[in-house]
Amino acid sequence: MEPDTKHLELTLQTKVESVSLAEEACLRVAEAAGFGEDECYRIGMSVREGVINAFHYGNEERPEKKIYLSVEMTPEKMVIRVLDEGAGFDVKSVPDPLAEENLLSTSGRGIFLMRAFMDEFEVAQGRTGGAEVIMTKRLPGPAAASPNGDGAAPRCES
Amino acid sequence: MVDLSGRILLGDDSAYLRKMIRSLLDEGRTRIVLNLGDVDYIDSSGIGELVSGYSAVRSRGGELKLLNLNRRVRDLLQLTKLYTVFDVHTEEAMALRSFL
Repeated sequence: MEPDTKHLELTLQTKVESVSLAEEACLRVAEAAGFGEDECYRIGMSVREGVINAFHYGNEERPEKKIYLSVEMTPEKMVIRVLDEGAGFDVKSVPDPLAEENLLSTSGRGIFLMRAFMDEFEVAQGRTGGAEVIMTKRLPGPAAASPNGDGAAPRCES
Repeated sequence: MVDLSGRILLGDDSAYLRKMIRSLLDEGRTRIVLNLGDVDYIDSSGIGELVSGYSAVRSRGGELKLLNLNRRVRDLLQLTKLYTVFDVHTEEAMALRSFL
């Protein structure tokens, strides 16, 4: 790990409350790192969707399983990993929620939203054998990060 | 017309929306406007509940319309191509008149 990298790890229970807990933790890190309000919203939503998938699809809502959240802050980017204890899945097999036949589906939009809201997104097989969602958001430039500078993005609110 | 506020997320919020729409349908009310003016956050579960409600109302021969979306909710529906599926209004009078 690089010397100026900060790392946060949380082990979450497989329950609904973990979704908001994970989102809140990541929002605090994002806010401290200088992300603006809209970027915080996108990061928060992506974490929420990643943990929902781990809770529901990965761990199948089984309380004996865990969800592992990690956040890595480097001077350039925020990397978020959400790992479950399920069987893993092939991201290519996930139906396109924008396809005409899927528009009225009541589920299946989480991965689409994570892809749309983050700069990088991938799904790998994690150390547990489950799916590990890895999402990256690049830090804002100096103008956007400046709290008092012209054109500064509003700071995030949780 | 149903005024909703807060967040529509996985868990109790989504379950409340589902029960509320089911209850209206059970009462025979099939022309429904959801006023989302005070809803500031919806996740994929909330979107799923809106779609589920839309389909349930349509299956009873009714219509479910949305009113007063804030910027983020509107952007989310546009991103997911649902903005064109739902009948979305910015004025209450227009939303109600659209049933006539």
